[in-house]
Amino acid sequence: MSATTFAWIALALPLLGTLVIALGYRSLPGRSAGWIGTATVSLAFAAAIGALVSLQNHAPAHRQLTSTLWSYAVTVGVDARASILVDPLSVFMLLVVSGVSALIHLYSISYMGSDRGFARYFSYLNFFVFSMLLLVLAGNFLLLIVGWAFVGTASYLLISFWYRRTTATHAGIKAFVINVAGDAGLVLGTYFIFKHTGTLDFLRAFHATGAGAFGGGSDNGDLVAGCVLLLVGAFAKSAQIPLHTWLPDAMEGPTPVSALIHAATMVTAGVYLIARMHPLFERAPAAQDVGAVIGAATLLVAGTAALAQVDLKRVIAYSTMSQIGYMIMGVSVGAYAAGLFHLMTHAFFKALLFMAAGSIIGALAGAQSLERMGGFRRGLPFTYASFLIGGLALAGVPPFSGFFSKDEILLVTGERGGWHWALYALGYIGALLTAVYTFRMVFRAFHRDPVPEARELERGHLHHADVPRNPITGEEEDADVGFPGPRHAIAERAPPMRAAMTLLALGSIGAGLVQIPHVDFVVDDFLRPSFVDSSLYVTHTRDWMLVMGLALGTALGLAGIAIAWRVWVLRPATAARLRARARPLYELFAHAWYFDELIEALVVGPATAAGRFARDTFDRRVVDEALVGGTTALIRAGSAAVRAAQSGFVRYYAALLMLGVTGVGFYFLLQS
Amino acid sequence: MSIAWYLAVSAIVFTLGALGVIARRNPLVVLLCLELMLNGANLALIAFSRLWGNGDGQILALVVMTVAACEVCIGLGMIVAINRRRLPIDVDELRELQG
Repeated sequence: MSATTFAWIALALPLLGTLVIALGYRSLPGRSAGWIGTATVSLAFAAAIGALVSLQNHAPAHRQLTSTLWSYAVTVGVDARASILVDPLSVFMLLVVSGVSALIHLYSISYMGSDRGFARYFSYLNFFVFSMLLLVLAGNFLLLIVGWAFVGTASYLLISFWYRRTTATHAGIKAFVINVAGDAGLVLGTYFIFKHTGTLDFLRAFHATGAGAFGGGSDNGDLVAGCVLLLVGAFAKSAQIPLHTWLPDAMEGPTPVSALIHAATMVTAGVYLIARMHPLFERAPAAQDVGAVIGAATLLVAGTAALAQVDLKRVIAYSTMSQIGYMIMGVSVGAYAAGLFHLMTHAFFKALLFMAAGSIIGALAGAQSLERMGGFRRGLPFTYASFLIGGLALAGVPPFSGFFSKDEILLVTGERGGWHWALYALGYIGALLTAVYTFRMVFRAFHRDPVPEARELERGHLHHADVPRNPITGEEEDADVGFPGPRHAIAERAPPMRAAMTLLALGSIGAGLVQIPHVDFVVDDFLRPSFVDSSLYVTHTRDWMLVMGLALGTALGLAGIAIAWRVWVLRPATAARLRARARPLYELFAHAWYFDELIEALVVGPATAAGRFARDTFDRRVVDEALVGGTTALIRAGSAAVRAAQSGFVRYYAALLMLGVTGVGFYFLLQS
Repeated sequence: MSIAWYLAVSAIVFTLGALGVIARRNPLVVLLCLELMLNGANLALIAFSRLWGNGDGQILALVVMTVAACEVCIGLGMIVAINRRRLPIDVDELRELQG
């Protein structure tokens, strides 16, 4: 079979799973919905491997295959086809997405086991995988937009999965609205590109761009506008400043959803978009600079915000934003392979961190606050090991995977020279922050004195809350549909969770080894055919830069861990003292640089005021009273006048008739 | 004899009928007065027919008589129906059509 056939199969399987689970949930006994979902996504992963093998059989120059299922609308000037593009980049994404998704499906079977919405959950999750695969396989802008919007919908459905929690539904709405703002950017950006290239197809649009559709030079105005609008879409989906505020709130969704959508796959769509559109971006260096600066700003803002959060999942969410900041910065400065490599390793270790966090949350019967955690080292040994592996990979300690990928992004950034040195420096400051906040979580959750739940667990008894509560607001809940199920799962007692986490831990440890400087270049070489037209792909790096970067990364990672150890383990009072001494700074970080408040004041407030004005003044006064009320009053007055003539007296009618006829007669007499 | 006399009689008969229709409240009398109006018109038709010397007007008068017969049929039928339902024999009392 050809690579495109495999890709179509990979795309069809999750859709099939969605339909089977959604339509047949009544007749699916027990946890079979979860197993069906896991099986379809695992088979999709197998198909992705098939596509990989099949693609590698082609010569490197012929590894960009398109396949059209049918033509949607092909007329003069429009070529909208249901076509996919299978090249190393999309196969790479296909592998990462379907692989991580399969493991998270497996994890969810246990984690969501007692939830009343079990089948609904898996049909949503399969729908998400379908949408994401559609996004990465799309061969033209039309399917890309469809996949992009589907992914946003799936994210909305899963964030507000526990739909009786008002906090969750609000978070879902927020995420959806911001994502739709991004969708609008993507559509408008597509318009600019379509206007000049005259085609929706990726390869043709890139070819037309190369042939001068936007003029010979770089930084054509329309191209920069189009690329910046594409960036708006990427920023909204990838939670970059200033469209990032939905991601911390999205942690209201079930933890596996956070692992899959809001860490490993969906939020990296922006990185994929920029990498996919590189022939456009390379001709619009201004747009590239916007991406690089925003990525660097995000990694710093999110990294500092993560230092001051008390909700475990929110810390990981800010960490995700920060890591995606690295990737966005990387693909914007031309470090495509490094950015995508980091995307892959990040998918592994961040999904692993979320899964381990889910296990701690399970041990605390749903509580997520770091204040409630402590000393789970002996109670949750497997979770501790997983979290530690994920944390070391995130902090960039060699030889874990994050070490190689993060340093490679920064290496390429530094090689660009000029003002990119500032980004390089910010990246390393971010690396230090990463290590500090990661090990803040590790030490606060697993070290120090065990909390009562941890002691209970050491004696072999899993804590169970008498009354389930909302972890954010503390409101009482029940365990019926629309709220989390009654039983919580920990990895130590759930083999599917343990299996998924083991595989991801192996990935977190080993994935970095595929691309070691001066040793092997698997990712570089594999992706090269997709970037054959790029002038920036894998620039030559100097050895002293490489050594300095690796040494700096190691040193900063270890230093961050040491700082965290000093502040949160050796002298636990230090944190409070620092907080008291630098109160404004702490408040700034705890409120995540006040972006929520800023957006509230700049966008939400005026929009609400405008809406209230429209409702109270325009709608009620002008539309209801003047237009609708005026029309009815007019008709009522007119009909009252006509009704008054209908007296019911036959003689009166006869007299009127005669009077009328006489009047008409007189009129004609006088006329003649 | 001038046509004017015929027309004068016709007009008088018609006007009497019209006044009767408007002034009287007994439906039977109203019907009679309607007949008067029709006959006033018939007279005028026949007079003109004689004046021009062709039969068209007379045929039209026959048609009017036929229509009048039909109308009386229905009118009397209605009066009988009103009477049977013990309703007042007075057109002013029958005013369900008031808007």
